[in-house]
This record gives sequence, C-alpha cells and structure tokens, in this order.
Amino acid sequence: MSSHAWILLGLFLSILLLTVKPMGTYIAYVMEGHFSLGGRIERPLYRLCGIRQDEEMGWLNYAFAILLFNGLGVLAVYALQRLQLWLPLNPQAFANVSPDSAFNTAISFVSNTNWQGYSGEATMSYLTQMLGLAVQNFLSAATGIVVVIALIRGFARHSAKTVGNAWVDLTRVTLYVLLPISIIYAVFLTSQGVIQNFAAYKEVTTLEVTKYDNPKNGPDGQPLKDEKGNAVTEPAETSTQTLAMGPVASQEAIKMIGTNGGGFFNANSAHPYENPTPLTNFIQMLSIFLIPAALCFTFGRMVGDTRQGWAVLAAMTLIFVVLAGAAMHFEQQANPLLTQLGVDPLAGNMEGKETRFGIADSGLFAAVTTAASCGAVNSMHDSFTPLGGMIPLVLMQLGEVVFGGTGTGLYGMLVFAIMAVFISGLMIGRTPEYLGKKIETYEMKMTSIAILVTPLLVLLGTAIAVMTEAGRAGILNPGPHSFSEILYAFTSAANNNGSAFAGLSANTPFYNTMLGIAMWFGRFGVIVPVLAMAGSLAAKKRIAVGAGTLPTHGPLFVTLLIGVVLLVGLLNYVPALALGPVIEHLLLFAAH
Amino acid sequence: MKTLLRPALSLFVLLSIVTGLVYPLLVTGIAKLVFPEAADGSLIVSNGQAVGSRLIGQNFTDPGYFWGRPSATSPQPYNASASSGSNLGPLNPALSDAVRGRIDALKAADPDNTRPARHIPADLVNASASGLDPHISLTAADYQLRRVAKARRLEPSAVQALVDKHTEGRQWYVFGEPRVNVLELNIELDSLQ
Repeated sequence: MSSHAWILLGLFLSILLLTVKPMGTYIAYVMEGHFSLGGRIERPLYRLCGIRQDEEMGWLNYAFAILLFNGLGVLAVYALQRLQLWLPLNPQAFANVSPDSAFNTAISFVSNTNWQGYSGEATMSYLTQMLGLAVQNFLSAATGIVVVIALIRGFARHSAKTVGNAWVDLTRVTLYVLLPISIIYAVFLTSQGVIQNFAAYKEVTTLEVTKYDNPKNGPDGQPLKDEKGNAVTEPAETSTQTLAMGPVASQEAIKMIGTNGGGFFNANSAHPYENPTPLTNFIQMLSIFLIPAALCFTFGRMVGDTRQGWAVLAAMTLIFVVLAGAAMHFEQQANPLLTQLGVDPLAGNMEGKETRFGIADSGLFAAVTTAASCGAVNSMHDSFTPLGGMIPLVLMQLGEVVFGGTGTGLYGMLVFAIMAVFISGLMIGRTPEYLGKKIETYEMKMTSIAILVTPLLVLLGTAIAVMTEAGRAGILNPGPHSFSEILYAFTSAANNNGSAFAGLSANTPFYNTMLGIAMWFGRFGVIVPVLAMAGSLAAKKRIAVGAGTLPTHGPLFVTLLIGVVLLVGLLNYVPALALGPVIEHLLLFAAH
Repeated sequence: MKTLLRPALSLFVLLSIVTGLVYPLLVTGIAKLVFPEAADGSLIVSNGQAVGSRLIGQNFTDPGYFWGRPSATSPQPYNASASSGSNLGPLNPALSDAVRGRIDALKAADPDNTRPARHIPADLVNASASGLDPHISLTAADYQLRRVAKARRLEPSAVQALVDKHTEGRQWYVFGEPRVNVLELNIELDSLQ
C-alpha cells in the first residue's frame, strides 16, 4: 500500500469516528420520541393512518407489520415497472419491464439489496426510479433500523411484553433521520456535478466521428449470429453522443445513506454523473458507514452503557481496517499478463477503474461498499485481481456485520455477540448472559437460524447454478473466474449487498428467480428470528452483574467477538473460495 | 392482521408521496436554483451548440487529438446512454487481446515514440469502469504529447501548456488522483487552429 492509501484510510476512519457520537445520540433521541417538533408533524399523520401512537406491539405483531409493509413495497415496485410505459415521466418511452426482471428488482429494492439485473438508463422511467426504487431506498433502510431498535429495546427493557410500535418507528426514522440528511446531501452532490432534472436524454455533437461495428438484428428483433456463434455486425458511424439524464442526485443521496447501492445508471458510482469528483467519492464512502457506525453508539446509549456500543464498533473497525488495507494492496498489483505486453506495472490494476479515483480510492470504496451491505460500486469488481476481488466476497460472507447495512449490520453483529457469550459460557461452564439477560435455548435457536440461513442460501444457490445449463449460460469469464462470478452473485443476493461480478448476465428468468428468492429469505429469514429474540429478551428479568459475568465491553470480548465472526462466518466458505479466487490467483501469479 | 392493514396501506402511500415525489421535486427545485448548470449535466456549449459534457468523455482516434480511456460500452465506445465496464477478469484471454490491440494502435499512430518498454500507461490501454471516463492520467497525457504536437505542427511546449491548463491535482490534496480532462483539452486544441 502506498503512503497515499494509508493517509486516505486514516482520514476516512478519523472522520467517521467523529460522526459516531453525535449521529448516534441523534438517532437514539429520535427513536425514543424526544424530537420536539415531532408531535405536530406526527399526530395528524397518525390520525389519518389510523395509528395509535401509544399502543405498542409484541414481537409477533411487530414482525407482521414489517412483513406487510415490505410486501406492499414489493407490489408497488412491481406494478410501477410493469406499467411504466403508460405512466408519466418516461421521456425515453421505455417499455414495461419483463415479469421476471420486475419481480427480481422489486424484491431487490425492498430487501435493501439493490441487486440490478437491468441497466438503469436503458430500462427504468424517471417515475419508476423515484416513486418505486428511491422510495424503497428510504423504506428498506428504515426497516433495517427499526428492527435493530426493537432488538435493542429487547435488551434494554425487562419483564416487558412489547418491543415498540412499528408504524411510529418507521415514520420517525424516515422523516427525522433519513429525509433531512438526504436533502442536504443531494444538494451537495449537485454542487459537484451530479445531475438532477427531468429532461429527455440530450444529444450532443461530438468532436470526432465514431466508427464502430453495429450488431445486426434479425427479423425477430434478436441479434443475428453466424455459424460460429459470433454476432453479425455491420460497420456504422455516429457524430453524436446521447447523454442520459434524470433525477439522479436525490436518488444518489439516499442510495448511500440507506446502504442501498442501486445505481441510477448501469455503471453505478463509477458513472461521472453519479460520482463526479474524488470529493463526492469520499463523501459517498463516509455516508455508507454513517448510520451503521452511529447505530453502535445508539445501542450503547439505549442499553445504558455506551462502552457496550464502542466495543461492538471496535470489533467492526478492526476487521474492516485489515480487509480494506488488503483490497487496496491487491489492486495496486499489476496484472502480470499485461506487464508482459509492455504496460507500466506501477500504475496497478486499472482495468475497470476510473482515472479520477485511481487505485486507492477504488480499493477502499470496494471494501466499504461490501463491508456495509451497500453494493454501490465505483469500479468493476469483476476485473479486480483475484485476491482483490476476494476481499469484497469475504466481507459479504462474514454476514454483512462489519458495519453492515443500516440496522442489519448491528443486529447481525449482536447475533454474533450472543454467539460469542454462548461459546465463552461453554468454556467456563456458566449460563451465558449478555447485557444482564440470560441467553437460553430459545435465543440460541434463533441465533443459529439467523447465522445459518445466508450460507445455506449462498452455497445451495451456487451449487444449483453451476450444475444447470441456465446457470452456466450467464458466465462471461472462463476458468475459475466463472465460478467466482456465480458465487459472488449468490453471496451478494443472500447477504443483501447488491454489488456484482457484473460480467455475469443475470437478467434471465433463471437468475431473476433464484436471486429473488435468495434476497427475500436472506432478508426476512434473519429479520423474523431477530425480532423473535427481541420479544423473548424483553420478557426476561434483568440479572445483576456477578463474579461469573463476562464483561462485554473490554478488549477480551472484542477479540472473542472478532474470532467468532471470522470462524463462524467464514469457515462455511473456505472450500468455495479455494475453488474460485484462490485458484485464479495461483494461475495468474504462479504461472506467469 | 386486519388491524395492521389500514395503517400499513395508508402509511405506505403517505411515505411514498413524501420520499418519492415531494423529496425529488424539492431537490430538483433547489438544484435548478443554486446549481443550474451542474443539475443539467455540465454541458459544454460552443457557438450555441452543445458539444459534450465536461464530465462525460468522448471517443478519440485521430493522432491529432489526445485519446481517452478505452471504453467498453456497446455498440459504440463512449455510449453515454449505456454506461458499462468490460468486466473482463484478469486471466481472460479477451483482456490480453484487447490490451494488445490498443498497444498496437497507439504504436501505429506514433511510430517515433521512443519510450522504453514496459512504459505504456495502464489507463491508456485498460477500459474504464463507466466507459465514459472523461480523464486520463498525467503519464498518459505525457505519452501522447509529442504525437499530438507533431500531427498539429505545434511546438511540444505549446501543447504542454494546454495540458497543464487542463490538469487537476488531487482534490483537497488527498482525494483521488491527478488527471487531465481529455475533452476540454481537445476542444482547446481545436480552437488554436
């Protein structure tokens, strides 16, 4: 790693840590209902919706409310895509999206995954983008946050039957946390060059005439192929360039704040209209971690011991620093095959990277976006060096708990914390307890489900895809990389990340369906057991700290927690990683 | 379950209106008021005609222009309504073939280039992530400088002065990489003649 990369990483973490306390305090303040303006805004709204503000819910009702609310989201996003041709704000007259792609995208945005099988600027109308996709950017982020708040209440309360009111929680986090930050952030983005308009795509006259091979279509509209299966082309030329437009800044802001990651454009945060300057790039990275990091402090504050929150944050940060450093280091390595051809090796692996970001800002972005379950990309992960591309894979496979998504990261990490006290309880032969709550059979069952559901989805999905013709058909790159592409797709979907080894052609009925299923169960297959645990913990009595209690705020516990995350989270995937990136690395560097 | 339905539906509709309509319209209003040029795409207008965007690169193959990053968009390079990278993996023979082709094109356009082996700038032969990258590195500009000066019958120092003018350093000294805006540089080169 260059000294510039170290400075960048240091600066990034320093600024992030400075935001943790104020932001975390604010979220706690809002979620505890202390926001004083709130009454005037909320009361009429609740009356209109038939919500009784003071009536709290048990965990089961809370879970039903969340599922219902998200189910409505799926229907709305699906309908908007299927009807967009007949709806307003579609200046390019984009056709209605196919049923399988619309299904996939609806689940993708509702589950905070934001996996994109489609290409934004060639598929989605402005209305679909803002009223369908961007709305879910807000609401899926809010869903994650309220679930972790419910879990925190489970720890903070004792002998209680309820964990909060889902409607009130969703409203507060959307209106007072996500929305105000997004407005300021979006305006900042336009100041740097991110576009925000409703104009039709603009045609400009280019300096030079571009000559290219245009693929020929047959009478059925499908691309023609010759006997060898290569596309038939005809020479063509153009002296214009069509610039895609749209309300990008407003969507971009919540895309990062809500760890969603679904790009307005196909190239996502690599597109100069989404991420025009190195400064926007830095702020985008910070804004991905802003809420996941702050929630650790919110957690500490709400359970009455801020040290507990700092300990969790310390574990996340330590894992992150090592892996982020590794990503930047591996991308600084040149591809030996290209060095042989005469390419300057000092510049590092520039395939699929933007000049304004270079290696350090691209490597760090890749680590941030996959440590958090964001999935926005400013460089093409598919073209990373084998080990550089393994870092994003590993960060997702840890279960998206290294900062993770808004809310999801913290509840994932707390599930691992429960696992950690359970294992240490076994070692010393005492009943495990965490934050004054006894961890018993029921909690361990829920913990096991929450931890095991994603590896199951990832490995089964990958296995099915590599065994079927439909799964193998989507592969772009040959060799072990083809396996990595499929493994990455299912890892990203089941862990609700959304980034891709984008060479994989995933906009097919097979992948749209398989990944849709993985995203839905990867999301709600964890949320439901977490809420069940919240309910069970809230009902427990608080026990006093005794001589046998493991302190969960010191370096010993942080070490233990990191150990459990690495061991439990990663061990499932070692064979799969060996088959993909590890073999590829050996082939690339050992053979050349 | 039934008691949940009405709150779910009405809250969903209300929050959709706020975050899906009011919010983007509000941001559009503010952006158009405060940063109208950026909100519309940072267009470069010459003689009343839009010739491109400061932020979006264009395809250049003429020896008299500085060339930008290779672009993997389809069907034509620098297709600004279909952004995309190549997504080629490091071991894919298609990547080596593409890079070899670009090196050959660079050498064919500039047979007198006396740079030693292993000094072809990486960003000049590797496709960008968006396919629309408006910038090249300083080394990539330097590599092409004599070719452009020769094709245009200009003094290298005059071209160098223009390159310097369109060079940006790291933003705030730490963010990103130093770079040259290719389209702006080429527009200015054209205006010299």
